[in-house]
Amino acid sequence: MSRIEGVMKALKEQNRKALIPYITAGDPHPDVTVDLMHTLVSAGADIIELGVPFSDPMADGPVIQLACERSLKHGTSLRQVIGMVKEFRKQDDKTPVVLMGYLNPMEAMGYETFAEAAADSGVDGILTVDLPPEEADDVAPLFTSRNLDAIFLLAPTTIDERIRAIAEHSSGYVYYVSFKGVTGAAKINVDEVAAKVAHIHEMTALPVGVGFGIRDAETAAAVGRVSDGVIVGSVLVDTIARNQADTEELKRALTDLLHPMREALDSLAS
Amino acid sequence: MSVKLTEEMLSALPDARGHFGAYGGRFVSETLMDSLMILEKEYLQMKNDPEFQAKFDKDLADYVGRPSPLYFAERLTRETGGAQIWLKREDLNHTGAHKVNNTIGQALLASFLGKKRIIAETGAGQHGVATATVCARLGLECHVFMGAEDVQRQSLNVYRMKLLGAQVHAVQSGTRTLKDAMNDAMRDWVSHVDDTFYIIGTVAGPHPYPLLVRDFQSVIGRETRRQALEKTGKLPDALVACVGGGSNAIGMFYPFLGDENVEMYGVEAGGLGIETGQHAAPLCAGRPGVLHGNRTYLMEDENGQIAGTHSVSAGLDYPGVGPEHAWLKDIGRANYVSVTDNEALDGFRMLTRVEGIMPALETAHAVAYGVKKAAEMDKDQMLVINISGRGDKDIHTIAQLDGIEI
Repeated sequence: MSRIEGVMKALKEQNRKALIPYITAGDPHPDVTVDLMHTLVSAGADIIELGVPFSDPMADGPVIQLACERSLKHGTSLRQVIGMVKEFRKQDDKTPVVLMGYLNPMEAMGYETFAEAAADSGVDGILTVDLPPEEADDVAPLFTSRNLDAIFLLAPTTIDERIRAIAEHSSGYVYYVSFKGVTGAAKINVDEVAAKVAHIHEMTALPVGVGFGIRDAETAAAVGRVSDGVIVGSVLVDTIARNQADTEELKRALTDLLHPMREALDSLAS
Repeated sequence: MSVKLTEEMLSALPDARGHFGAYGGRFVSETLMDSLMILEKEYLQMKNDPEFQAKFDKDLADYVGRPSPLYFAERLTRETGGAQIWLKREDLNHTGAHKVNNTIGQALLASFLGKKRIIAETGAGQHGVATATVCARLGLECHVFMGAEDVQRQSLNVYRMKLLGAQVHAVQSGTRTLKDAMNDAMRDWVSHVDDTFYIIGTVAGPHPYPLLVRDFQSVIGRETRRQALEKTGKLPDALVACVGGGSNAIGMFYPFLGDENVEMYGVEAGGLGIETGQHAAPLCAGRPGVLHGNRTYLMEDENGQIAGTHSVSAGLDYPGVGPEHAWLKDIGRANYVSVTDNEALDGFRMLTRVEGIMPALETAHAVAYGVKKAAEMDKDQMLVINISGRGDKDIHTIAQLDGIEI
């Protein structure tokens, strides 16, 4: 059983929902990323999605675009990001880490080299925004053979036939993109999400995490009620942008944001 | 080198998933997959629909002004002292470049799909103008994304688009050029996917765009082939076209791919020189990667981050290239070369002074290489340069380089 599967299973048994924060590795500085990851865990994260910065993040809104720019200013490479996970693992061997990013940095590193290094360093899952399952035939087996979960996206526009096919290619969880848009937009409609997630649940036994548009305890609880977990990105990254100068202050701000979401999600269980 | 491509091989490309050998494909976020698959299905149906084809042909004839002439550049040939140089005059099209061939086709598709809102990316502004033009004609809402740097260096085209009723969005992210305009157009598309049709201007992007842009632009090569036979009784020995994304080049090359004796030269932007790294020549100096929905040759650093590009011409200032070109390079069917900014400027001046034809700075790259190539060829040989666009839009840039304020 993969680390992600284990965490998801335990949460389900406790009737709890997964809280999955996203930050971009190397933002605001490569030296603080591991520290921030531990902070996220202390504040209640079940799984961490660690963004691999890319020069052309086509699916992201301005907040994460700027995070990529800040990170790349320090030359953050995919190898370094994997190194950060290795460092993180020295103190935390429980919290799953998913690398989330775009295909080209992996292609440049070489898929086999990448998969090997990621697995060796304690990475648990790979989510590649611009890699639909149709193009993953050569790549995905390199991940799954090393016990790395391949996590694919589902969208409001995904038709049933594709939902089934994508779920078949996925392991760990599937990531449902809550609205048609880029990260950080405020367009979420909880009723629509509820209907679609229920529909997805009919087609797969995999847990469904919902991302895009979750910005506070209230939206986290609303989405948590109808899914297996919530993914929180832009609001955290925006907090990083506003507290770049002072790491301690930044850690407090991230905790203040994430902890109420944890409480709101856990209050659903009772 | 001669590579024999049979009819059968050519009609099998791209394959069902949009691949040209190792290149092409559909690398986009999930939200766009459904739209791309619907577009592919509809297009493949319409491609064989005589009514659609008749409408497309009629628009090209009556609105664009096709066929464009194949002109024998007698004086340029004499000055060069080599092969006969012929010019395919895409600069004479309505809106002044080849881009309109494709926007006519895609706008027809958009109408058929019932989409009322059109978006487009543009570099030099020619595709933006061509898109704004067809939108004005069809009464469609038009949004054009253009890098903030290009908005400045192509201000004439920005104003033309506004006059045509388009909204021009200056893109401030990244390097503020064509690639960033394409990123923002993709972001807009994903946010308005229900009512919006994205008219991609070059022969890149996710499948089926490289296929449909190639098909719509192939009118260039089909006409050239017929005109060459009519006027000279033979096919050209060499074709030359500039390559940014590569839409005018693929349009010229594609109908000749099966003619193994016709050599092809795609001319990339060498900028300040390939050795300086300040260029936009992924086929000459890049390597395969994935960007903007397709696998192709890219300019990137060792970590897979897309590199900044440089070219005097905004339309060639792009780090990628159409996947079919990547494939043609690998199999050796077409040759890809580069000329520098300065050589292109010389090409611009030469064609202007010797033939009275002012080419776009993009096109000037093809002119510069074409003249060089013709000089190495025999006098009884024939070389065709695709004059993909006219140079009015670049007058400010040229004047600035000459230190003149206008």
